[in-house]
Amino acid sequence: MRIATVIKQVPDSNASIRVLADGSGIETAGLKMVCDPFDEFGVELAVQLREKRSDVEEIVAFTVGPEKASEIIRTALAMGADRGVHVCDPAFASRNEIFLAEVLAAAIRKEGKSFDLILCGKQNIDLDSGELGPALGEFLDLPHVGATTFLEVAADGKSFKARRRIEGAEEAVECGTPALLTIEKGLVEPRYPSLPNLMKAKKKPVAVLTAKDLPGLDGASVGTALLSLTPPPPRPPCKFVEGEPEQMARELVRLLREEAKVV
Amino acid sequence: MTNDILVFAEQRTGKVNPVTYQAFSVAKHLATKTGGAVHACIIGKGVREIAAGLGGYGAKKVFVADDAELEFYRALPYARALTAAIDAPDPRIVLLPATFMGRDLAPRVAARKRAALATDCVSVDVAADGLHVRRTLFSGKVFGEYKLVGDRLQMVSIRANAFPAAPKQDGSPEIVNVPLLLTDSDRRLQLTEIVRTGSGVKDVTEAEIVVSGGRSLKSEANFKIIYELAEALDGAVGASRAACDAGYQPHSRQVGLTGKVITPKLYIACGIDGAIQHLAGMRGSKVIVAINTKKEAPIFNVANYGCVADLFTLVPLLTQEFRKLRHHA
Ligand SMILES: Cc1cc2nc3c(=O)[nH]c(=O)nc-3n(C[C@H](O)[C@H](O)[C@H](O)COP(=O)(O)OP(=O)(O)OC[C@H]3O[C@@H](n4cnc5c(N)ncnc54)[C@H](O)[C@@H]3O)c2cc1C
Ligand SMILES: Nc1ncnc2c1ncn2[C@@H]1O[C@H](COP(=O)(O)O)[C@@H](O)[C@H]1O
Repeated sequence: MRIATVIKQVPDSNASIRVLADGSGIETAGLKMVCDPFDEFGVELAVQLREKRSDVEEIVAFTVGPEKASEIIRTALAMGADRGVHVCDPAFASRNEIFLAEVLAAAIRKEGKSFDLILCGKQNIDLDSGELGPALGEFLDLPHVGATTFLEVAADGKSFKARRRIEGAEEAVECGTPALLTIEKGLVEPRYPSLPNLMKAKKKPVAVLTAKDLPGLDGASVGTALLSLTPPPPRPPCKFVEGEPEQMARELVRLLREEAKVV
Repeated sequence: MTNDILVFAEQRTGKVNPVTYQAFSVAKHLATKTGGAVHACIIGKGVREIAAGLGGYGAKKVFVADDAELEFYRALPYARALTAAIDAPDPRIVLLPATFMGRDLAPRVAARKRAALATDCVSVDVAADGLHVRRTLFSGKVFGEYKLVGDRLQMVSIRANAFPAAPKQDGSPEIVNVPLLLTDSDRRLQLTEIVRTGSGVKDVTEAEIVVSGGRSLKSEANFKIIYELAEALDGAVGASRAACDAGYQPHSRQVGLTGKVITPKLYIACGIDGAIQHLAGMRGSKVIVAINTKKEAPIFNVANYGCVADLFTLVPLLTQEFRKLRHHA
């Protein structure tokens, strides 16, 4: 089996995000960047599949991002991926996930040999859109399972059973490989790479691709343009309800009924 | 391309997802600007009766893909059906609910149709150069204003509870059958079962009121008081990641960055600190109540009402008060 994982470098979830005064972007100086937590689920799942089975030939981590994004390829390699493909070109600097999916599809196709499983995060915590996985499935003509919470690959690697999260339920599905899955929280817990593995990762190969290597991607599929960013509207200050617990409960219920009118 | 607007009416087992009606109110607003008509499309098995009912929400025509193979959602057959339903009226704009289904389906269809797509929008309007939308980025820490390029199909999914629902009126739509031509490649994935999670209790994405508990609940058994309060409010139970990771609640109830992102009418956080990753999942709620023993807890920075109190004392008292209220109503 060959497994591709798609990863992206994003601001750490703990970081506060400052919008530039002109609204054109965010302050990146000093911003801690990490591998997207959902994408790490995908890498972890790939590595666990290799640990459980004897037929996983190769795990390749793909990313589109600036030079700095090579850091997360190293993270994936230290977790257990074999090699990386880093698509890096200002021509591909985009906040449109359908376009990014098209770029990734070209990079994956360029490999020549196909992958049995392509694993992506359910969504990325920078763009909050979840468009990348399903769109990549479409561009590669693969079926996809979105928001996967369970995966069991058949012994021969030719099919799998999976579950995906929906409102209040899970859908159980069966599908042949090759296929693409986007991974939800709960399926696996990403490991922290050990120091020896971080050292080993430095020796694993990473191919860097530019626009020259992926001809025909002119950005014509980019259907959206970001006009401006703004901080979220401030929430009103908190009204503290005082008193002994019994009073407090009565007063809160009154406020929710008469003032907020939500119960 | 026409100036029409097509609403994807989401149904599961014959029940229309309520966000669909919110999409209709957006569609009506946009139609007054584009000068086009509002249409709907519905995909499923035995959905003709529901289709007829959509006229009451403003659909002039309803494009129906009704087929045994469409009984349950699967991305590829639904993408095939939706593409056909779009091709028939050739609308300028397609609106979908940003539900699990809408989020799964829209990118696939947008990639196929080379459409412009904006997901999970909280405002949508027509401008001279195409649609302008607002949506959140960086897990709710920033709002972004986007333009959808106007020379192609524009697809927008709308966030639950960000818009009012269209009122039901009279109206009988023209029903148009959409031919479904599935290929073998559309059948690569099979659905075998739909399993309810969270022991059949309402899901956080389905409720107008959500009561959540954190690590401070200390055990699964102690969550009973959270369930009782939720029940008194006809709401759902949520939890912080710390509570889920400790096994007090299943992951399906986790609210936050790596859990569910919800926008209920009322969110009651009980013993939840308000870590930035938790806020990512609930800061869009209309009214937020925080119950916490620590006055400095960051949850109070986003709360409308705060109670500095021990949840083990206050939550049962609140349940009693709400029960009384129901009793009198
Ligand atoms: C990549 C990443 C993703 C994450 N995703 C999520 C996510 O999706 N959702 C999420 O929730 N978290 C998420 N987290 C974790 C998050 O950072 C916090 O660790 C978590 O939210 C803390 O949960 P908590 O508030 O229940 O626990 P704590 O931080 O332990 O807070 C407990 C709170 O309860 C109060 N308390 C204690 N006893 C009582 C009492 N008797 N009565 C009233 N109040 C009491 C305390 O004052 C405190 O404020 C994520 C973290 C990372 C790094
Ligand atoms: N050289 C590059 N190659 C690929 N992606 C990039 C490059 N530079 C920036 N990006 C990505 O493009 C997006 C927009 O970046 P920017 O326009 O620099 O704000 C971000 O997700 C960046 O990570």
